[in-house]
Amino acid sequence: MLSTSTQFFESDYQSRSSRFLQYLHIDPVLLTGLLLLMAAGLGVLYSASDGSVDIVQRQVIRLSIAFAVMFFVAQIPPHTLYLWAPWFFAFGIILLILVLLAGDVGKGAQRWLNLYVIRFQPSEMMKLVTPMMLAWYLCKKPFPPRVGSLFISLLLVIIPTMLIARQPDLGTSLLVAAAGFFVVFFGGIRWRILFGSLFTMLALIPVLWQFMHDYQKQRVLTLFDPESDPLGSGYHIIQSMIAIGSGGIYGKGWLNGTQSQLDFIPERTTDFIFAVFAEEFGIMGAIVLLSLYAFIIIRGLYIAVNAQDSFGRLLAGSLSMTFFVYLFVNVGMVSGILPVVGVPLPLVSYGGTSMVTLMAGFGILMSISTNRRLITR
Amino acid sequence: MPYQSHYSDHSYQASLFKFRVIVAVLICLLMLSGLLFRLAWLQIVDYKHFADLSENNRIRLMELPPTRGLIHDRNGVVLAENKPTFHLEIIPEQVDDMDATLTGLREIVTISDSEIERFKDQLRVRRSFQRISLRTRLNEEEVAKLAVNRHRFPGMDINARLSRYYPQGKAAAHAVGYVGRINRKELTVIDEGNYRGTSHIGKTGLEKYYEAELHGMVGRQKVEVNAQGRVLRAIDKVAPIAGNDLVLNLDIELQKIAEEMLGDFAGSVIAIEPHNGAVVVFVSKPGFDPNLFVHGISHKDYNALSHGVYKPLFNRAIFGQYPPGSTFKPFLALAGIEQRRFGVRESLHCKGHYLLPGDDTERKYRDWKKEGHGMVDLSKAIEQSCDVYFYELAYRMGIDSMHDFLAQFGFGAKTGIDLLGERRGLLPSRAWKKEKKRTVWYPGETLIAGIGQGYMLATPVQLAVATAALASRGEKIVPRLLKEIHVSGEDTVRSRDPSKTMIKLRRDSHWDVMFEAMKKVVHGTWGTARATGWGMKFKMAGKTGTAQVFGIAQDEEYDEETVAKKLRDHGLFIGFGPAEDPILAVAVVAENGEHGSKMAPIARQIIQRYMEKYSSASSK
Repeated sequence: MLSTSTQFFESDYQSRSSRFLQYLHIDPVLLTGLLLLMAAGLGVLYSASDGSVDIVQRQVIRLSIAFAVMFFVAQIPPHTLYLWAPWFFAFGIILLILVLLAGDVGKGAQRWLNLYVIRFQPSEMMKLVTPMMLAWYLCKKPFPPRVGSLFISLLLVIIPTMLIARQPDLGTSLLVAAAGFFVVFFGGIRWRILFGSLFTMLALIPVLWQFMHDYQKQRVLTLFDPESDPLGSGYHIIQSMIAIGSGGIYGKGWLNGTQSQLDFIPERTTDFIFAVFAEEFGIMGAIVLLSLYAFIIIRGLYIAVNAQDSFGRLLAGSLSMTFFVYLFVNVGMVSGILPVVGVPLPLVSYGGTSMVTLMAGFGILMSISTNRRLITR
Repeated sequence: MPYQSHYSDHSYQASLFKFRVIVAVLICLLMLSGLLFRLAWLQIVDYKHFADLSENNRIRLMELPPTRGLIHDRNGVVLAENKPTFHLEIIPEQVDDMDATLTGLREIVTISDSEIERFKDQLRVRRSFQRISLRTRLNEEEVAKLAVNRHRFPGMDINARLSRYYPQGKAAAHAVGYVGRINRKELTVIDEGNYRGTSHIGKTGLEKYYEAELHGMVGRQKVEVNAQGRVLRAIDKVAPIAGNDLVLNLDIELQKIAEEMLGDFAGSVIAIEPHNGAVVVFVSKPGFDPNLFVHGISHKDYNALSHGVYKPLFNRAIFGQYPPGSTFKPFLALAGIEQRRFGVRESLHCKGHYLLPGDDTERKYRDWKKEGHGMVDLSKAIEQSCDVYFYELAYRMGIDSMHDFLAQFGFGAKTGIDLLGERRGLLPSRAWKKEKKRTVWYPGETLIAGIGQGYMLATPVQLAVATAALASRGEKIVPRLLKEIHVSGEDTVRSRDPSKTMIKLRRDSHWDVMFEAMKKVVHGTWGTARATGWGMKFKMAGKTGTAQVFGIAQDEEYDEETVAKKLRDHGLFIGFGPAEDPILAVAVVAENGEHGSKMAPIARQIIQRYMEKYSSASSK
């Protein structure tokens, strides 16, 4: 039903430049949001790194690579992704098992697979592949999904989630689970099944607690009472909250945050970069930044609504919401309302792997956006 | 296309999807508002709290301790000063090879294994830019050697710090006192803010009494630090104000003469200017070296000082309470003629003992001279220290009259000298005995009190103050070690006017009577201290005293020789001179000194040297 010609037909009343972007499979609105966010991110990073041009440069290189990846992924039609999804998923699961068996240890956890050419985190890939797989599975099933397909879906989410949690990497497994959950959510799971399972999960929290590592338990406990260990694991949260709180309404000004400039904020170029931002730009800056994120997320959901088919809808919706989970978990942990799990502030935190995955995700969104069908409107 | 097989559902599915997206957007917005609410809580509601915390993180106050005030004697001789002591310190982050540095340094100066161990312990816990002390108190030679080799050891530094030094050593140690490290108990009493950065505090003597003057005001420096605690820059600075210097009334030369003349006796010598209370000599023997305490005294040294046979740390001048013995007699004789119990020229017959009238037991109260003194009047009773005369006098007066008159001379009360913990001695009375001993007063006890024994106790400083009151014809002064305070940074001198109360006699001539009688003690044919009077260049009035030692506390263990020595009588002497116009009053107490006459030369020597030094500028 879909052909390239219909796309060009649709573009007839569009401007030349937007037709050109359409041809490149770039969504101009999403692109604008991403570019603004990245620019803001580089500014904060410059301050957080004590004005290190070197770090900013490296981040620019990473962003460029991530952009290239986005651009490349945007060229892949959703249908191709649909066809590849099960293969990707199977491949990803095998890699995850390999990591557990023979992975490199970094920072006390096995996350890396050494491919001799590049070191590679299969768990990152699963953030995209898991929702793809679920969308692939659910879009073929009768609507709304029956209990049997929901059970299969649950398995498809739980297997990669557990494998990643075993590494252990709580942050990534959380994001993978969230991505899977949103596919099921958008896939039309009945409300009563949804709420029923949510309550069951709440009831299962004590069981989950048993399976958590000591350091993970400690992080959760620290959240409820950071003062209990002010020099140990509570130190991060306390210093981060001091930074945010002391920023006040308008902030201390760019490069003038004393908490950040004098090293009091831990991990301030990576996971805690939001504290630097909130200290230097105050709550006004935070409102602007969160609005920018909200803009990107809503644009993502808009793309999902206008997707050409069920697979694209589910995938685009899930990817947008996963981006939101990133944001919420990061800001929540930095401001002391969620436990410290290693989730970066998307597209702002310094660091490569998650950046590439995120931008690949936006590449998928752009592909879905620029391959949409006219007839359904 | 295979995934379009349920096309019939398609529009229903799409509209449901739209609805779910709206729900998702709402949830997103709700959660984002939650985040904003949290941020507003931190940044607006609790802003002040977090702003303060952030400021406290960043700003650190560094204390700049003040330099302690100096202590001089009346002629400017330094008794306590601050000397730089040199410490070898290492700044770990500047050292390339720590082991090589340590071995290299050990070749140059002696560093004990325990010092190395302590250094390594510190190395583990301190931050790498913080200095760690490796050796304290280097001598000059070591400093010179290290300075020459400094280039070989990057990260090594020699740091000079001031520490208290007492150049006179043992001399006047009990008056000056010493400083030591602040202990936990002191931390609770001192002004914590002002003592930030101060490590030592006055522990005894004047160092303690005038701590507030000597210490000075702490200075402060605000610095900005980073999370590791490294100082990045100074923000502002308030310089410390050094402590005030003390100038004492002590004359260290006379002090040393007195200490030397007291020889091996444990005891005390106090010399006071009678008109203004200036304490010129303040001896308590045995002394100790206060320098031992500055850097922390060893257990062995401390035990030797505090538990040794004569307890050198015990300040006998104000803590030692002795029966005054016959040195009490001039005051009692004065009481007799003042209260008309005895005529100035009234005599009685001394046959070597005294019987208490109305006492059936016929107990004999003995005179020190078995065969008796014959006819004795006041003058002779003082000159020869006739006990029988004073038994009768005491009998006539009764204990309460004695108490009331003698209290005027300061017996039984603190003198108010500028030292802490002074004892009050003991001037007994009926009321006192009833309260403390819960029994009635026996007449026999009055007789014993009449010769300065029994319950009577006085500190050497009390004796000196009473003697000074005699010498000044009734000016009972408050003794003072401090002459004046030189306020640091200003050209001002603070001093207090002498504080005194007047003792009024019925007749002024009674003073002369006593002066004459006491002069005979030294210069009379039968005077108990006549040996001292021979060849004297001036006239001295005085009174010897011998106080019986009744026993030794059971828990004290001494060898036989020490026991024999410890059972000997205490020798006391009070005196003033020159008799025509007294300028110095002296009290000497020598434990187990056997007889007061042996102590008279000390008083003579002090007064004579004092006159040589100051007679032209008499202190009136």
